[in-house]
Amino acid sequence: MTTVEFSPAAEPLAAKLLEPALEILARYPAGRERSALLPLLHLVQTEEGHVSPNGVAFCADLLGINKAQVGAVATFYTMYKRRPTGEYLVSVCTNTLCNVMGGQEVYDQLTEHLGVGHDETTADGKITLEHAECLAACDYAPVVTVNYDFTVDQATPESAVELVENLRKGDRPTPARGARICSLREMQYQLAGFADPREGAVADGVAGAPTLRGVRLAQEHGVTVAGFDPDTPITKTKPRVTEEKK
Amino acid sequence: MTQPRPEVLQKLTPVLTKRWLSPDAWRIGVYERLDGYLALRKALDVHPDDLIQLVKDSGLRGRGGAGFPTGLKWGFIPQGDGKPHYLVINADEGEPGTCKDLPLMTYDPHSLVEGAIIASYAIRANRAYIYIRGEAVHAARRLRNAVQEAYAKGYLGKNILGSGFDLDLVVHSGAGAYICGEETALLDSLEGFRGQPRLRPPFPAIAGLYASPTVVNNVGTIASVPYIVLGGADWWKSMGTEKSAGPMIYSLSGRITNPGQYECGLGITLRELIELAGGMKPGHNLRFWTPGGSSTPILTAEHIDTPMDFEGVSAAGSILGTTAMQIFSDQDCPVYNTWRWLEFYHHESCGKCTPCREGNYWMVRTYRRILAGQGTYTDLDTLQDTADNIFGRSFCGLGDGAATPVVSTLKWFRQDYLDYIEGRTAPRLSEKSLVGAH
Repeated sequence: MTTVEFSPAAEPLAAKLLEPALEILARYPAGRERSALLPLLHLVQTEEGHVSPNGVAFCADLLGINKAQVGAVATFYTMYKRRPTGEYLVSVCTNTLCNVMGGQEVYDQLTEHLGVGHDETTADGKITLEHAECLAACDYAPVVTVNYDFTVDQATPESAVELVENLRKGDRPTPARGARICSLREMQYQLAGFADPREGAVADGVAGAPTLRGVRLAQEHGVTVAGFDPDTPITKTKPRVTEEKK
Repeated sequence: MTQPRPEVLQKLTPVLTKRWLSPDAWRIGVYERLDGYLALRKALDVHPDDLIQLVKDSGLRGRGGAGFPTGLKWGFIPQGDGKPHYLVINADEGEPGTCKDLPLMTYDPHSLVEGAIIASYAIRANRAYIYIRGEAVHAARRLRNAVQEAYAKGYLGKNILGSGFDLDLVVHSGAGAYICGEETALLDSLEGFRGQPRLRPPFPAIAGLYASPTVVNNVGTIASVPYIVLGGADWWKSMGTEKSAGPMIYSLSGRITNPGQYECGLGITLRELIELAGGMKPGHNLRFWTPGGSSTPILTAEHIDTPMDFEGVSAAGSILGTTAMQIFSDQDCPVYNTWRWLEFYHHESCGKCTPCREGNYWMVRTYRRILAGQGTYTDLDTLQDTADNIFGRSFCGLGDGAATPVVSTLKWFRQDYLDYIEGRTAPRLSEKSLVGAH
């Protein structure tokens, strides 16, 4: 794997990304390197902001598959962008629950305010807007994310406009529950499976009230599950065999 | 806001959600002080078969929607077959309404890591993958950190705690495809392909990841395992009902005063859950709801006392699913809501099976026409017919899921459809959304 021949199209990316790419490959069993394709496509987006033909060539050369095979995968998944993206990706959930709770108005307002539609980028290159499907935060509906981190909960058209205005001014407001905002390209590095390199980012974001509602209610009223004994024995019918064949 | 009655409060069972109250429980040191990795030590001290039996005895059923008995699934993995085994955790949470796994992975990631190690030991897998939804970036951040911490402490890697058992665990981010929550599509995606479902049989237990025996379990299922190992099967069964044992995280959203996560024994009713959530929002009366995400048939106000366990919901004609309860009121329109779900299924259909690919295309257009005030009576027959032809005729549940809100709203709320067609309800969509719809 260390002696990959790169085509001219792939070379510029290979010069920058070969090292992390090989690290990604090593996560999967020998002979199963194709499993690395999704993280590799995320990795390509750290440099390009989208998956270009060069990015496709890089993945294809590295995995020893053809460009059509890579292209088929890259075009299947929503998070691989086919056109250049902005510094931030702002996603508004407009799936049913968020939609009826006001998500559609939020999205419509942003479209009008920014003058861009779904999957389009503002002329200043700052913001790519999209309407997203369920982002798994229905208890905070409607939600807006920046680079997929939960940034505005119970969003209103006003709070969403304030968010994008701050981003365009160069500010990075503190997200509601996600980590401090980075650029979309930096986020792609994490999506490729690498640890967030920013000091303190893992610790960012506290659980919101809806997340804790049930468990707080139990705590306030002293409700616990009785009879929990961590030393409850496990019935042993067979001896523990340490040298069992793996 | 009304206070829940004491007898209803007693139905709360804080087990999997309990550590969420400790803001630093995602750090390994804090997790260890809160019983963390105790279960792993205990599990490594018994034969893997005894662990499988324990999980069988507990009655644990899959928390991802299907409710398949977990111990039975683990027991299907052939042992001594000379093939590598894999554990794959389905963390691709995306079923509309579902929001229980993300907080678990964000605020208590080690419980999933610990469960993964125990489960891998039980099925004799030396590699495990957590396939986490791409968009779930903060949960993935915490999870990757937890995995790193677990390696540093010797809970992962070679010869775990001197047991002779080796395990490598990789957190693999998806890239935005709802279909990958279906287990065989997930496996294809993990192998580096488009996420499209496979024909079963063979089931993953025989030919899963890399055509090897594989257990695919949901986050909540695996995170339950350490508690069962610690507290025992009988304690686990002290929660829930006879056939649906244990606690479940109910995700309440929509027109209620306090949306959120409520962990209760299986079998609680919507009436009780709404009471815990402070009642309906002022001015809203319950009209319809999903018991377990948008792919489960819609229920109505008359089902408010249905026990929310696998059997109870099934008897009411729906599915427990992921206990993602989206609650809608008399101010919401079942036709509009279904249309929006259909747009989702249409977008997320992988295209492999013709009924799902083409059927969703047609249904979306029919809905747009109805909602734009141009629907006809035959549109209702078309919808019913299309849904009937998708249901059960696709490789995976996405097709069934798409047909479900159509069939159930036509059943319960036909009048709402007629109101659009006969002009009593003002159109919700403009005619410009009908371009190309003929």
